[in-house]
Amino acid sequence: MTRDILILALLDGVSYAGLLFLVALGLTFIFGVVRILNVAHGSLYACGGYAAATLGLWLGGGTLGASLAALIGASIAVGVVLGTLLMLLLRRFQDRDPILQLLVTFGAFMIFEDLQRMIWGTQPYFVADVVNQMGTSEVLGVVYMNYQLLFVPGAAIAIFALLQWFLKHTLTGRQIIAVTHDREVATAMGINAKRIAYLTFIVGAMLGSLGGALASPTTSLVPGIGADMIVLSFAVVATAGLGQISGALLTALMIGLARSFCVYLYPELEVVMPYVIMVLVLLVRPQGLFTVAQARRI
Amino acid sequence: MRPSLIGAAIAAAILLAVGFGFPWLKIPLILAFCYGMAALGIGVLLRAGQISFGHAMYACISGYTVAFLGSRFPGLDGLLLIVLGTAASIVAGMLIGAFVVRYREIFFGMLNLALSMVLFTILGKFYAYTGGTDGLRVNRPTLLGMDLSRPEFEGALLVLAILASLAVIWAVQRYFRSSAGQALAAIKTNETRLEYLGVSARKLLWQGYVLSAALCGLSGSLFGLSQGLVTPEMGYWLRSGEFVFIAILGGSGHAVGAFVGALLYEFLKMYAAALVSGAWQLVLGATLIVIIYFLPKGLVGLFSRRRSAVEGQP
Repeated sequence: MTRDILILALLDGVSYAGLLFLVALGLTFIFGVVRILNVAHGSLYACGGYAAATLGLWLGGGTLGASLAALIGASIAVGVVLGTLLMLLLRRFQDRDPILQLLVTFGAFMIFEDLQRMIWGTQPYFVADVVNQMGTSEVLGVVYMNYQLLFVPGAAIAIFALLQWFLKHTLTGRQIIAVTHDREVATAMGINAKRIAYLTFIVGAMLGSLGGALASPTTSLVPGIGADMIVLSFAVVATAGLGQISGALLTALMIGLARSFCVYLYPELEVVMPYVIMVLVLLVRPQGLFTVAQARRI
Repeated sequence: MRPSLIGAAIAAAILLAVGFGFPWLKIPLILAFCYGMAALGIGVLLRAGQISFGHAMYACISGYTVAFLGSRFPGLDGLLLIVLGTAASIVAGMLIGAFVVRYREIFFGMLNLALSMVLFTILGKFYAYTGGTDGLRVNRPTLLGMDLSRPEFEGALLVLAILASLAVIWAVQRYFRSSAGQALAAIKTNETRLEYLGVSARKLLWQGYVLSAALCGLSGSLFGLSQGLVTPEMGYWLRSGEFVFIAILGGSGHAVGAFVGALLYEFLKMYAAALVSGAWQLVLGATLIVIIYFLPKGLVGLFSRRRSAVEGQP
């Protein structure tokens, strides 16, 4: 293994971890408050990507500003629209078995998969204007895209910091934490848990579609990327521990790096690597790496 | 004779008559019974409130065992192959089960998914042993020492599938009514209380898990024999998703539900899939949501509700 490959794998891994983290963050954030693992999160990722590509084509992508506007606008629009739809659907199943709720999101995922195929077809989409506009730079002798090197990981870290600040220092954020800890007590304290749940769902959905939008310039969009992503981000979330935000950052980095090293060294194992990590971690820590033990409720 | 026994005999006779009256329906019927057995395996876990998105791996393990042994030892009888394939799944279920029963709900589902994906990838990559993504051919074996032609073999498999399904429904229903089966359902209601009664929830779930692996294994070996080919797709998560779908469609209230669900599913797939070829997943997803909304206990829920209304029991 030469030095160049090592550096390339490292950079790929960090960039990929950024995307993975954003998607997993949305998933884990929603789970914390609504207590549903949203399988349709994968569709949000895919739709975010497709919408960003479409918007990018439509705006022409002449300038960097237009390209970025396409990315961000698409992720907000998709997050709000699809997030609201999903939330309205899930509200009908609020008091059902958790497993049935999970299956409802699975059903929604299947519906979105086909809708996506009807709207955008099966031909790969690839709009890479923004990557070219940001140019390249040289890192330790390897030429690398600024977009993947700086922008994606930077966006991930900025959003992580913003979310942490929001949760710890604003009233709404603290209310979200309260509902995460104990919905009943929080409601008794006068917190509007329904509003908090809705807000969380929308924010989580936007994170998922933002992940897709940021991935769209560097990956070709084909049917099935939603399924791949949901499985992968599940692995991140489960390894970190459900509802753990900082844990998800480290785990995403771990899985992202492991995956990219696999791509260069043992390409056969690329697909199974995240699962292997997840199984190994859960063998030792059944509730995930970063979960604090919880009291059992009788 | 009990009414349920008569009903089972009539249903089996009708399906046999359909299979032999319309030969092109034989294979879809065999497949429906295979799906039914696997979905029943999922149903056992659903009783305990757990869901697995990876149980197709057990169908895959036994299917590959049948293919491998069938080509390596050409003299082996079909029945013996089915038994051996199922046994391989049971052994795998015992080992994997010992690990996954420590987890609940989404962790349980995801670990099963992860392990099935690992198997899927291994089968696809190690070309020398598994034939890669092309899969392995399953040679048509003798059945009870009889060397059968293809149509005869299919007929015999259909009889076998129906007999096996009846046996499985009877056995699983016995299990559901046994104290172990009742306690399994208590894992869903309240595991902590169950433990306070001095029952090991892990051990119970392990038993249920091995049973479900066995059911999926039986389904996989029959599936492999009827298709004449096993591919890694047999263990892909979409197949596991289909099992879950059928289990929910049929309902886990009674063992027969999985088979009702599977017959309906095969029928829908045959007719609706051609009509809405571009929107098949959409139809499935929408059906899933509608069923969960209106019939959370599945199709068998319709019957049990009526019966309890008549007898005045909950």
